[in-house]
Amino acid sequence: MGACKVHIPIKSISIQNLKVGEMMKYTIKKDPHKDERVQEIIDISGQNIFSCYQCGRCSSGCPMAEFMDILPNQVFMFLQEGDVDTLLQAKTPWICAACFTCTVRCPVGLDLAAVMEAIRELQLRKNYDYVDPYNVEERDILPPIALVSNFRKFTP
Amino acid sequence: MAMKRIGVFICHCGRNIAGTVDVKKVAEEIGKREDVALATTYIFMCSEPGQKLIEESVKKYNLDGVVVANCSPTLHEKTMRNAAARGGLNPYRVEIANIREWAAWPHEDNPEAATRKAIRIINATIEKLKANASLEPIEVPVVRRALVIGGGVAGIQAALDLADAGIETILVEREPSIGGNMFRLSETFPTLDCPQCILTPKMNDVAQHPNIKLYTYSEVESVEGFMGNFKVKIRKKATYVDWDKCTGCGECLRVCPINVDSEFDLRMAKRKAIYIANEQAVPLKALIDENTCIRLQFEKKVKEGKIKPKKNVKICSKCADVCEPNAIHFQNNEEIVEEEVGSIIVATGFEVMPAEAFPELGGKYPDVLNSLQFERLLAPSGPTAGIPRRPSDGKVPESIAFVHCVGSRDPQSGVPYCSRICCMYTIKQAMLVKHALPSTAVYDFYIDIRSNGKGYEEFYHRAKEEYGVNFIRGKVSKIYKVGDKYRVQGVDTLTGRIVEVDVDMVILATAAKGSEGVKDLAKKLRIPYDEWGWLKETHLKLKPLETPVGGVFIAGAAQFVKDITDSVSQGSGAAAKAMALLSKPQLEKEPLLAKVDPEICAGCGRCKDQCAYGAISIDPVRHVAVVNEALCEGCGACSANCPTTAIQVVNFKKGQIIRAVDVLAEVF
Repeated sequence: MGACKVHIPIKSISIQNLKVGEMMKYTIKKDPHKDERVQEIIDISGQNIFSCYQCGRCSSGCPMAEFMDILPNQVFMFLQEGDVDTLLQAKTPWICAACFTCTVRCPVGLDLAAVMEAIRELQLRKNYDYVDPYNVEERDILPPIALVSNFRKFTP
Repeated sequence: MAMKRIGVFICHCGRNIAGTVDVKKVAEEIGKREDVALATTYIFMCSEPGQKLIEESVKKYNLDGVVVANCSPTLHEKTMRNAAARGGLNPYRVEIANIREWAAWPHEDNPEAATRKAIRIINATIEKLKANASLEPIEVPVVRRALVIGGGVAGIQAALDLADAGIETILVEREPSIGGNMFRLSETFPTLDCPQCILTPKMNDVAQHPNIKLYTYSEVESVEGFMGNFKVKIRKKATYVDWDKCTGCGECLRVCPINVDSEFDLRMAKRKAIYIANEQAVPLKALIDENTCIRLQFEKKVKEGKIKPKKNVKICSKCADVCEPNAIHFQNNEEIVEEEVGSIIVATGFEVMPAEAFPELGGKYPDVLNSLQFERLLAPSGPTAGIPRRPSDGKVPESIAFVHCVGSRDPQSGVPYCSRICCMYTIKQAMLVKHALPSTAVYDFYIDIRSNGKGYEEFYHRAKEEYGVNFIRGKVSKIYKVGDKYRVQGVDTLTGRIVEVDVDMVILATAAKGSEGVKDLAKKLRIPYDEWGWLKETHLKLKPLETPVGGVFIAGAAQFVKDITDSVSQGSGAAAKAMALLSKPQLEKEPLLAKVDPEICAGCGRCKDQCAYGAISIDPVRHVAVVNEALCEGCGACSANCPTTAIQVVNFKKGQIIRAVDVLAEVF
């Protein structure tokens, strides 16, 4: 397996492409509780994202956190502020391996993996491919099951 | 006279003393003294067998003095004295040599020096002890009445508990009605009871209790006397209305042409020049504000000769004209009453800093309020009937921002401490906004949510999960006006971004301080206070209700800002303390007091000037200083200032101290 590499084309949606000013400042335009896209994420995941009180346990226990651009607890803060745009451009929801460590440990019982799935779903429903099958390197030696599960998660 | 059979008991204090000081060697060295009959050690002198050792040694060796070498006398002096007394020794023939804090702890690195120092401290204490006299406690009579200062919820609770115990209680309140800050609140966290429902029964109990004498719109003028025997002068401020006749019908309020800001509503509403504090005031009586009533102002100016009245001029007397019981007389009815009490409870409460103190947070704008003002806008009995409206234009706000920690935890522009109640009341206010106006967006800028009470954290989670309040972690830096709205410039430290939001109203949770004028009152009572106006307790953990002045107790937010639960508990606690004091027919007092030798005293009066307790007077006939034993606390300030050593504290005489110092000051 060591030789296999799934190349994730993050360039086009990297948060680093945002301008500095856009990244460091956020203006709340409307009550996040009334934001349709936040509501959609709540509907898909079935989780009340507003019950998160930012203890940070999800981030501290996440095995993939070091590869993320936004920490899992910050994902909830962005949602609580109604900033879905930033989340849709972030790597984090795609890097989440849905290992459920956070879900098991969350003190208020939030299913974080479901929320991550909901954010991915929001993109996928727009016919968005996170992974381009034609650009997967070493396609020939990759175990087929890895490819299949890859496509199930990263493509509509 | 001098003692010859002294017993010395050296405590190991586990390893606290014995770990550094060689206690065996100390006992050996001290045992060599001729005047010491017994020098022994024990692992814990304060334990029951340790006390038994003293008790039995006193009997066995017929000791005439005891030195216990252990910890600070503030901890176990009384324990050791009682143990010796059980053995038949006068308790004032027991002295403590503090070899833990003075020898063992500071010289942990040098056990040999610590041992030498311990020996020296014990030797000095023996020298002091040898001239100790046998003393008996002084008995002081007690007046079986109590005074409660402050008619907020803590004071009300204290007065009711005292009165129920059969103690005649005087309750003094400076506002026209009792109820305090609690009565201003809309609802209370975490149960959302309205204070108008839960406090009014208690207020009415106060008014109707046969054992309670209520003085509202009154202030304590002066306090004299001592524990068990205080003489208090109370100034009843001028109301210009005969309260015996006034029925509280409110006819006068309807006709008065003058409108001014209401103190009870904290400028959120208007009142008339003649007014009743609020609709549920206890007592429900009208009074005239002499600074705004045109008739009283006119009369004052005439009196001062500033204007000359024309003949036949008709001055406003609309209120008096409609007053059926003829209660309004426009006469200055200020009077000073004197009361004698045995104990005093101070429950003066708190106030919050004004929003104006924070110009960078928009304190100057009309729609930027402090939390207590906003309570009035949320109160069902308040000026907006519980539906918050902007003071500037009366518009119902579509969005509101709350800012926590305004002045709190901010030594630079406010106070260094956490004001303790703001987190919870801000969450409550946010909830109440959502109750009244479900479509209004609520933003709550906090640094930390401190919800450390029963049901408090659950309350916070309800606000988060069920009510749709937006919590943003980060302190707001600036609030300024943009068109019709206020732009809140904050930060979200969790995502690491600046956050901006435009809102219609801003509520600042400003820091709490001791209530205005409390420092003057504390001076009258001679009790300590800190720079923020909080009264100081004797011991933060173990004596939170006591003050250094015997018989004076503190309760509620006078000591430090408290929620209602804690204030009520403290009111009851202070009442119990006062009851314990007043239930005795006579009080016993430590006899370690100043004593004057009239043969030497020249009557210069320097001691009198130094006495912080007003215990010394100069006898006009004999021209010598006289000490009032009931007032004297035995501090020794007089003795240090006496040019002839005529006044000295018993068992702390100059000879004793000098001999002790001589021993201590010998060259090592």
